[in-house]
Amino acid sequence: MREIQSYTMNFGPQHPAAHGVLRLVLEMDGEVIQSADPHIGLLHRATEKLAETKPFNQSIGYMDRLDYVSMMCNEHGYVLAIEKLLGVQVPVRAQYIRVLFDEITRILNHLMWLGAHGLDIGAMTMFLFCFREREDLMDCYEAVSGTRMHATYYRPGGVYRDLPEEMPQYSASEFRNADELDALNAARNGSLLDFIEDFANRFPACIDEYETLLTDNRIWKQRTVNIGVVSPDRAMQLGFTGPMLRGSGVEWDLRKKQPYEVYAELDFDIPVGVNGDCYDRYLVRIEELRQSTRIIQQCIDWLRANPGPVMADDHKLVPPDRAEMKDDMEALIHHFKLFTEGYTVPAGEAYAAVEHPKGEFGVYLVSDGANKPYRVKVRAPGFAHLSALSEMVVGHMLADVVAVIGTQDIVFGEIDR
Amino acid sequence: MSERREALAANLSARFGDRLQPAPAAAKEIAVDVHRDELLEVCTTLRDDEGLRFEMLVDLCGVDYLGFGVAEWQTEDATDQGFSRAAQRATIIPDPDESYPPQRFAVTYHLLSLSLNHRLRLRCFTGDANPPMLPSVTTIWQSADWYEREAFDLFGILFAGHPDLRRLLTDYGFIGHPFRKDFPVSGNLEVRYDPEQGRVVYQPVSIEPRTLVPRVIRDDNRYTASLKDRPPGA
Repeated sequence: MREIQSYTMNFGPQHPAAHGVLRLVLEMDGEVIQSADPHIGLLHRATEKLAETKPFNQSIGYMDRLDYVSMMCNEHGYVLAIEKLLGVQVPVRAQYIRVLFDEITRILNHLMWLGAHGLDIGAMTMFLFCFREREDLMDCYEAVSGTRMHATYYRPGGVYRDLPEEMPQYSASEFRNADELDALNAARNGSLLDFIEDFANRFPACIDEYETLLTDNRIWKQRTVNIGVVSPDRAMQLGFTGPMLRGSGVEWDLRKKQPYEVYAELDFDIPVGVNGDCYDRYLVRIEELRQSTRIIQQCIDWLRANPGPVMADDHKLVPPDRAEMKDDMEALIHHFKLFTEGYTVPAGEAYAAVEHPKGEFGVYLVSDGANKPYRVKVRAPGFAHLSALSEMVVGHMLADVVAVIGTQDIVFGEIDR
Repeated sequence: MSERREALAANLSARFGDRLQPAPAAAKEIAVDVHRDELLEVCTTLRDDEGLRFEMLVDLCGVDYLGFGVAEWQTEDATDQGFSRAAQRATIIPDPDESYPPQRFAVTYHLLSLSLNHRLRLRCFTGDANPPMLPSVTTIWQSADWYEREAFDLFGILFAGHPDLRRLLTDYGFIGHPFRKDFPVSGNLEVRYDPEQGRVVYQPVSIEPRTLVPRVIRDDNRYTASLKDRPPGA
C-alpha cells in the first residue's frame, strides 16, 4: 500500500469562518493539523503611520476602525495615552460615562463573538439572538454620538458631550401599525439612561436564554471541551491577555489590578477558567456579560445622582461651546486654533493600557513636542493570540481550527492595523 | 501602586546599577535604556529574578527617531509642493551602504509582571550598524516572535537568532520598510487593473502628495507660561 504523505491546504482569505481576511497555510496529515502558518496583513492600513501625519484628535476616529466590534474601548486606550502625556484631569462624570460605554462595548463585542463563534461550529440560532440584543446597544451608540459604530466619542479631557435627555424613537410608517410602533418605542420614552437601564434589567434573562441553548448542549460541548488547551504558564509566555488568559486560570484583569478611570470604586467579579480550553473561555465570556451588566447598573445609578461637566475646562485642549464663541473673541481664536492646528503635547513617551473586551489594548505614544504624534504603536490583544494559533491547533482536526479561531475572538481590524 | 513602583525602581538599581539608563517616561511609569550588548542578559534576569519576575512581554515595537524634534517646515519652502510630514514629494531611496546615526533606530519592549503587578519599558538602540540588528528575545518570551517579525517588516530591523524572520504585514513581494520616517506615506507603488493585459499591474504611484493636513507646530503664544495661566477674560 502506498504511504500517505502530508499535504498543504490553503484556508482563506475569503473563508466565512476566518473572521475576516485570515489566510492560513495548513500542513495536514490526513485530517490532522501538523502545523499552521497564518498569513496576515491583508487588512493592513498603516493606521499608526497615518496617525503620525495628523493632529492628535484627528486620529481618534481611526481607533474606532481598529477593532471594529469594540469601538469605544479602542478610543479609550488612545485617549488615555494622550491624557497621560498631557497630565490632564478628566471630570468624574466623564469617567463614569467612559466606564458605562466601555461595558456596553464589552457586551457588544462578546455578543458578536458569541454569535459568530456559535455560527462557526453549528449553532445558527445564537447569531440571530445575539444580533437582536446588539441592535439595542447600537442604538445607545447612535443616541450618544450620532453614529452606530464609529463613534469618536471619547476625547482627551473627557467625552464629546453629555448623555442625551431624549432617546430617539421609531417613527410611524406604512409598514408598521400603531401597536407595533408603541411596542418598539416602549423603552424609548425617557432618556438614554432609562433605555440603558431597561436593557440592563432584561439582559440577564437573555444571557440565560443563550446558556439554555449552549452551556449543557451536547454538540456544543463536543466541539469545545478539550479543544485548544493552553496552560497558565504557556498563556503568559505567549502574551495572552483578557479572556484568553483568564480562561487558563490566571486571575488578571486590568480593571482590578491596575484600575483606570473609576473601576476601583465599582463592585464586580473577575471570572476565571480552570482547564484553559475553548469551553472554559466560553464560560468566562458569558460571566463577563453578567458582570458588565452589573457595572452598567452601578454607573446608571451614579450618573443619575451626579450631574456635572463631562469635559475638562481647558480651551487649549477642548473647543469652547458654540454660544461662547458668538461673543467672545478669545473663544473664537481657541476654536480656530484647535481645529486647524490642534494642540501640542509635551515631548515624552507613554504607554496606556485598558482592559479591552479581547484583552489588553495598549497605546504606546511617542511625542516630540509637536501637534502630531511622533510614533503611535497600538498593542492589539488579537495579534498575540493569533500568533499562538499554530501552537493551539497542532494535533487537532481541521474542523477544530474553526473552533480555535472562534475562541480567540479574532478581528482583523486590530491585528493588521 | 506607588510603593510597588518604588520597590521596582529600587530592585532595578540593585540588580543592574548603571547598566540601565533612565529613558523618557510619563508620570507613574518606569522606562530604561539598555545597551544592545547586554540586552539578552538583562532580559533573562528581568524574567527570572525573584524581585522582578516579568513573565510577559506585552509589546515590542520599533521606533525610527530620524526626524525626532526636527522642524521640517520652513516658510520659504511652503509652496504648492506642501510642507508637512505627509507631503514629501521627493522619493528618498535609502543608500544601501549608508551607516545610520547611532540614535536612529530603537526597539521598545513593554514588560509586565503578573505576579508582582508592575510594568517596565525597556528601550534598546541598534547603533549605527546597517542593517540595524539586535539579538532576538524569542528564547526568553515566545510572544516576541510575531512582534519581531513586524518590527523587521516595518522598520527593517534584524533580530539575530529569530527562528523565522519573514515579512508579516506587508504585501507579498513588498520592497522597503514602510514605517521608516524616510518612506513616503503614499508609498512607492500602486496597483490597478490593466484591461489590455487583462490582469492587475504594479506601477509607480500617480497620486500627487498634497497638503491636506495641518502643518507641524511645536510652540506658539498659546503655550507661553505667562499667557497660558492667565485667567480667561483678563
